[in-house]
Amino acid sequence: MFRDAALVARKDLRIEWRSRVTTNQVAPFAVLVLILFAFALDPDRGVLQRATAGLFWVAILFSALLAVQRAFALEAADGNRDALRLSGLNPAGIFLGKAGAVALELGALEIVLGIGVVILYSTTLSGWLLLITTCVVATIGLAAAGSLYGVLAAGLRVRETLLPLLLLPVVAPVLLGATRAFEAALGQSTSDGWSWVELLTTFAVIYVAFGVLAFGSLLEEA
Amino acid sequence: MVPAHTGSRTTRLLGLAVLAGIAVVLVLALAVTGPDAVQGDAARLIYLHVPVAVSMNVGFGLCTLGSVMWLWKKSRWWDTVAVSAAEVGLVFTGLTLVTGMVWGRPTWGVYWTWDARLTTFSLLFLLYLGYLVVRHLPADLEVRNRRSAYVALLAFVDVPIVYLSVSWWRGLHQTATLSLSSTISGLMLFTLVLGIVVSLMGFLWLLVHRFRVAWLEDEVEIAGLDLAISERRAEAGIVEVSTP
Repeated sequence: MFRDAALVARKDLRIEWRSRVTTNQVAPFAVLVLILFAFALDPDRGVLQRATAGLFWVAILFSALLAVQRAFALEAADGNRDALRLSGLNPAGIFLGKAGAVALELGALEIVLGIGVVILYSTTLSGWLLLITTCVVATIGLAAAGSLYGVLAAGLRVRETLLPLLLLPVVAPVLLGATRAFEAALGQSTSDGWSWVELLTTFAVIYVAFGVLAFGSLLEEA
Repeated sequence: MVPAHTGSRTTRLLGLAVLAGIAVVLVLALAVTGPDAVQGDAARLIYLHVPVAVSMNVGFGLCTLGSVMWLWKKSRWWDTVAVSAAEVGLVFTGLTLVTGMVWGRPTWGVYWTWDARLTTFSLLFLLYLGYLVVRHLPADLEVRNRRSAYVALLAFVDVPIVYLSVSWWRGLHQTATLSLSSTISGLMLFTLVLGIVVSLMGFLWLLVHRFRVAWLEDEVEIAGLDLAISERRAEAGIVEVSTP
């Protein structure tokens, strides 16, 4: 299973690396969202600084939609999805590989956006351990849930509009939890960031387990 | 044999009982019971709000049950239960939100507040809206059923996390939560319980009809396919050989 996962993840990441879609389109889009927030909110009154955690994660959420859509669009053409199914790879492995590749892309985006908020919003980062742990578990949860809905929507003609409707309400707790944990890490709230990390971990575990069990059946249907 | 309509003697009796029940609850809620000590007349909305919320939970519970049973037994009956329950449940969620907002205006002074339950229900509404959207995408019956069953389960496992996260979120900030007086007794309690019973009966009435419509829709689709096949065969001049 893990060998198959590594194979699929390597394939997806290699395609991303060569096509440069993530680096040339998704990452600039995420930075653009950060800039648009500054236009929408008054940048002079410290609103951006106070809202850094939330804006960061909203930008990640939007980028995650693109990344997930992209990950499954790879197989949409030329019956590649059937090829993947017939490849003899373990479906759970395919799921872990796809989700893993999406998670790594999101991780890279988080670094870019992290630098972005430091420069554009003049936010001072602190509480590194909590920040990084939050990023890791939230990203795993986002990638797992995203891949499940991604494969579900992939074969449909309405996938571009359907995926946000399905995915965003489901990952709302991730946005909530990750934002609160970030606020705690940045010293903007007194709440206990680690209990939010526990919630994010629960989310990630549930959706990874769901994916390992159900992905094969979802991949088959289209 | 296709029935001419979705009603039957039992459902008509049930419908009449629901209408009578609504009348009794209305009289009890608006005239017989007194106003709440703290909230006055606004509290009377509880006799509508809580019952529809209970029915909503039953609806989503049934949707989950139906989806699990479909994945297990692959029976069309359970699938139809799931989709009908989700649809009717969504209507009751809408009612819950609307009655909640109407109550919130005089009590909290605003239609919407980021109260834990209000937020949870709004997310729940969106989750199951997504389910119904997926459900109504054109696809083979088998594919459609499996797809929607998984979407229902994916939404269902999210519900506790949504609930927990939202209540932590608001629990950390809200200083005073306005809640109904914890002791509710006598006639008020009876009205509330009766309201819940009537609401559940109304839910059942809607569910049965929705179930029959959904069932017939599937029948049409299945029959339509057979019809199209036999028409094509007739065009090609293939003589139907009936197996003995």
